[in-house]
Parts: sequence; C-alpha cells; structure tokens
Amino acid sequence: MGQCRVIIVGAGPAGVRCAEVLVAAGIRPILVDEGRRDGGQIYRRQPEGFNRSYPTLYGTEAERARSLHQTFESLRGSIDYRPETLAWNIFDRQLYTVSARVSKALPFDALVVCSGATDRLMPVKGWHRAGTYSLGAAQIALKSQACAIGRRVVFAGTGPLLYLVAAQYVKAGAHVEAILDTSSLWKRVRALPKLAARPRVLVNGLSLMRTLRGAGVRIVTGIEPVEIHGSPEDGVSGITYRGRDGSTHQLACDAVALGYHVRPETQLADLARCEFRFDAETRQWLPAVDQDGRSTVPGVYLAGDGARVLGADGAEIAGKLAAWALLQDLGRPVPEAERDALRRERGVMDRFRQGLVEAFPWPAEQAARLPDEAIVCRCEAITAGELRRVVNQMGACEANRAKAFSRVGMGRCQGRYCGHAGAEVIAHAAGVPVEQVGRLRGQAPVKPLSIAVREEVE
Amino acid sequence: MTGRFVRLAETSRALVRFELDGKPVEALAGDTLLVAILSNGTSVRSCEFGGGRRAGFCLMGACQDCWVWTAAGDRLRSCTTMVEEGMRILTSQPEASWVNVA
Ligand SMILES: Cc1cc2nc3c(=O)[nH]c(=O)nc-3n(C[C@H](O)[C@H](O)[C@H](O)COP(=O)(O)OP(=O)(O)OC[C@H]3O[C@@H](n4cnc5c(N)ncnc54)[C@H](O)[C@@H]3O)c2cc1C
Ligand code: FES
Repeated sequence: MGQCRVIIVGAGPAGVRCAEVLVAAGIRPILVDEGRRDGGQIYRRQPEGFNRSYPTLYGTEAERARSLHQTFESLRGSIDYRPETLAWNIFDRQLYTVSARVSKALPFDALVVCSGATDRLMPVKGWHRAGTYSLGAAQIALKSQACAIGRRVVFAGTGPLLYLVAAQYVKAGAHVEAILDTSSLWKRVRALPKLAARPRVLVNGLSLMRTLRGAGVRIVTGIEPVEIHGSPEDGVSGITYRGRDGSTHQLACDAVALGYHVRPETQLADLARCEFRFDAETRQWLPAVDQDGRSTVPGVYLAGDGARVLGADGAEIAGKLAAWALLQDLGRPVPEAERDALRRERGVMDRFRQGLVEAFPWPAEQAARLPDEAIVCRCEAITAGELRRVVNQMGACEANRAKAFSRVGMGRCQGRYCGHAGAEVIAHAAGVPVEQVGRLRGQAPVKPLSIAVREEVE
Repeated sequence: MTGRFVRLAETSRALVRFELDGKPVEALAGDTLLVAILSNGTSVRSCEFGGGRRAGFCLMGACQDCWVWTAAGDRLRSCTTMVEEGMRILTSQPEASWVNVA
C-alpha cells in the first residue's frame, strides 16, 4: 500500500500544528486553505507590501504568531499546500475543492478539518444597513488592511473579542464611540474562578480594560440593542440601546461592529456525516468529538475552533492531538507523555472556555423580543415576523421546515449569520426548547460557487 | 468623494487606478476590492430583496454580501479579491443574469 492520503482543511493554528506533527511522522499531507496566505483568523497575515511589525499586528501574541508563521514556512517543502482553495463538499471519501474555477475531487484515507470559526450574531432591527459589520470584520479591516470600518465606531454585543477589537482600534488611532455589552459586570465577576484557570489571559483582558478606560472609551454593560438607525442609501447613522434600568439611549455613529463571541464552522463535518450533539451551555449543536478530536466517522478528525472554541492556543494543542489520534489509528507510535500533558492543558483551557461562556452569555432572550419588522435573514431581507408566521400558521417548528417555508437560512450565507438566532425565534414562537428546533443541515457547496467551474481529475 | 472606511496606516503603498461605475478612482496596491471601493464610497451593492445599499458584513468570505461585477459581467467577492490596475467594476449587476446569483 502506498502512502496514507491525508488532507487537512485550514492553515490556522490548528491546521499548521497538525501538519507539523504529521510531517515529522513522515506523512506528506495536502493542506487546503481558502485564504491567500497561512495563519488563519487570529494570525492572519497582512498582504505583501504592508510593513507593520509583529507587535503592532498581534500585540501580546506576537511571538506565538511569529512561531506559527515560521513553522509553516519550514513545512512548505514537505506539504502539498493549496492556498486560495475552497473545500466545498465531502462525498464518498473524497474532498471536493475549487480553486481558480477548477474543481477537483481528492480521495483521502484521513481528513482533519480545522475550519475555524465565524462570528456568532444576534440580529437587531436595522443591522442590514451598510456600516454594520461583524466584529470579526472590524478586526480584519484593521489587521489585514490597516483600516477602520468608520469614523465613529460603536462596538456592540458581548464576548472577549468585543473589548479586544475595540482596544486594537483605540491603539491604531481609530475613534471608538462606545462599547455596548449585553452581559453584565456581575456575570464576569461570578465567572472569575473559571477564568482564573488561565491567569495570563485574564491579566491581558484586564489590561485591555485599562487601555480602554485610559482612552476614555464609554463602556456600558447589561444593555440590550434596540435599533441601528440610518437610511437605505447612506447606511448607519446611530444606535439605540436599552440600559439596565430600562431607559433608552441613542448614540450617533457611522459604523457598528456587532458580535456575540464566535461559532464553529461545522459545514464540512456535517457533509462528512459526523454526528452532532446539542451543547446546552452555548445553546448550539456541535459535532461530537472525543478528547483528541476523533469525530463519529472513522478517519475524520476535527480540531481547533471548528470543533470547540478554545482560542488560538487551544487550537494549536487540538491540532497536535488530532494528528496523534490519526497516527495512533494508523497503528503508528505516539509520544504518550507529551500527549497526556497536552490533554491536561486542553482541559484547563476548556475550564476557561466555560468561564467565558458564563461571563459573556449568548442573549437568547433577545430573539424572543425582536420586533416583527426586524430582519433576521440579511441575505434575503426576511423578517422575524415572517419566520414567526411560518411557525404559527404553518406549524413549521423544526429548523429545516421553517427554512423551507420562510427561506430564513436559505440565503447565500447559508445560515451562518441567521441560523442560531432563527432557531431561538422559532423556539420561542413555538414554545419549545431550542434543542427541539434542531439545526440547519449543512449543504454543498459550503459557499456559493461560480457557475463557470470546470471539473478536473487528479 | 469620502469613503466609509478610514485608513489608519500603511498609506505609502503604490497607487492603483481603477474604474468604479464608470468613474476613474484610486486605491492602494494590496487593497482588497472592498476596501478600494469603500475608501471611495459608502457601499458596494444593493440588496436584490430590498432594504437598500450594502457594504459587506464579514470581510472573510462568509456572508457574500460584498459581490460586485466586472464590466464583462463576472461576479467578484470583493472582500477576498485584490484590486488591480485598470479593473472596471460595477456596483450593480450589469443585467440580471439570475443563474449567477445562486
Ligand atoms: C473574525 C475572528 C477574529 C478572531 N480574532 C481573535 C483574536 O484576535 N484573538 C483570539 O485569541 N482569538 C480570535 N479569534 C478566535 C480565533 O479564530 C481562534 O482562536 C483561532 O484562530 C482558531 O484557530 P483555528 O486553527 O481553529 O482556526 P482559524 O484560525 O480560523 O483557521 C481556519 C482556516 O480554515 C480555513 N477554512 C475554513 N473552511 C474552509 C473551507 N471550507 N475550505 C478551505 N479553507 C477553509 C480558513 O480560511 C482559515 O484559514 C477570532 C475568531 C474570528 C472568527
Ligand atoms: S463581506 Fe462577507 S463575503 Fe465579503
């Protein structure tokens, strides 16, 4: 038998560390990534011709970023790296990729999906207006293009990234109008024992708060966003929120960065027919994995934020653990002591992850209060009222049925930005627990393809 | 014309000239098409389903709310396409070729 054919999807921290372990074991994996360059989300590289330093770009994580980029460079000759290549389907033990409008079917013996995460979003009336961006988008504009998304930016939502990105904006010289956090300070205090599992990260977080306070940024916690104002032509002009005491406030701004932590990109796991389980803590369906990243499908491994959101360091560990699991399943030796140490470290990170979930909870109750005229599906401008109508009048209480009738989740983001909130709207309208609504099934292609795609055999 | 995005650094890159809805405009080498457009204007497209102009949302190729067209009718995802000298970009679809929308 020839070489074991291994494909890794994703060249972020998880994918690169996975490749490193496999190469050391004599395997030459194919590494598929949609991005132009390696690094993934957090260690995203700026285009050639940009000159900002590692500390400017990556702050406290500069050394980790440099180390990951260097590892990747050293692996270049030993892996089959395919940048600007989208993995769009999995069928019959083949991964379908498309690059420069050429589609290929790549047979594999083992597949490691390190697909990372995207922003988790809760709609607010007016969020379809030009100038509302996901929080991740606000960060990408800065990191990879040295731009701010507007002249007066409001950061709204919740999660550690809300503060991180706002602080990055302040440091880069952008004007942050306010941070509006749906979570309360009290929740963060209560989560402290779990957050203390990673003291360095906690200290970094506190120092961010100091940066923000020092810059005089207004921080309001325990709020509920009410409406993003503006016009269809010119976009965002302000935001209204409700404070803890129920009073409403309006701020003028020309951009809103909106985000509620992140959610794993699980479409490929779904297409590989991995089983999913409902995660009650975060109120979402996640692919089932063992502690090393084995999915329920033999030969398919899931690592990094695409399986569980543990952050960048956790993703590096998960990438290695998945590679060792793969090697072990091939009957190859693995360094057990090192593996056990990383498993323990991963356990600590998981405790911290739980702390974050408790400190910055997903505000499910907001979905129930969305006014009927608020758009849930940005792609096709479908409202909460329409989604409630198919539940109430057509009895569509299951996610995929409600999608078929209302088209919420059928647009070109394929439910990435409306799926979780849509499920909450349905659950509330139908009076059932959200897990009973089920989850939107992933469908190929995982992103829209051009019609001009040619097939090629490899 | 003022843009939606504000450049904070890296402004000494080479100029790139391209055409936006028939007008000559400038951007910088290394700009994504989305940034190139939004440093000249405030939106990149209209939502086909009503609700006004759009200016992208995720910047990472996930939402598809940043599609623009070339004068030749090709669809481009502007947040993941780099601007190039001489491009001719339209912020409305040349003629509704619906097969290209799905
Ligand atoms: C927008 C955003 C910003 C973030 N910023 C920070 C931050 O500043 N600090 C922090 O600690 N954490 C941040 N996070 C969390 C962070 O993503 C992770 O901790 C870390 O990047 C996870 O690493 P990963 O390897 O699992 O995935 P990623 O780094 O996300 O890498 C996944 C890679 O997979 C590729 N990919 C996915 N699907 C496909 C496909 N179908 N075909 C081909 N390629 C594919 C992507 O292009 C990407 O390069 C951020 C998350 C997001 C979504
Ligand atoms: S802005 Fe989301 S795909 Fe381009």
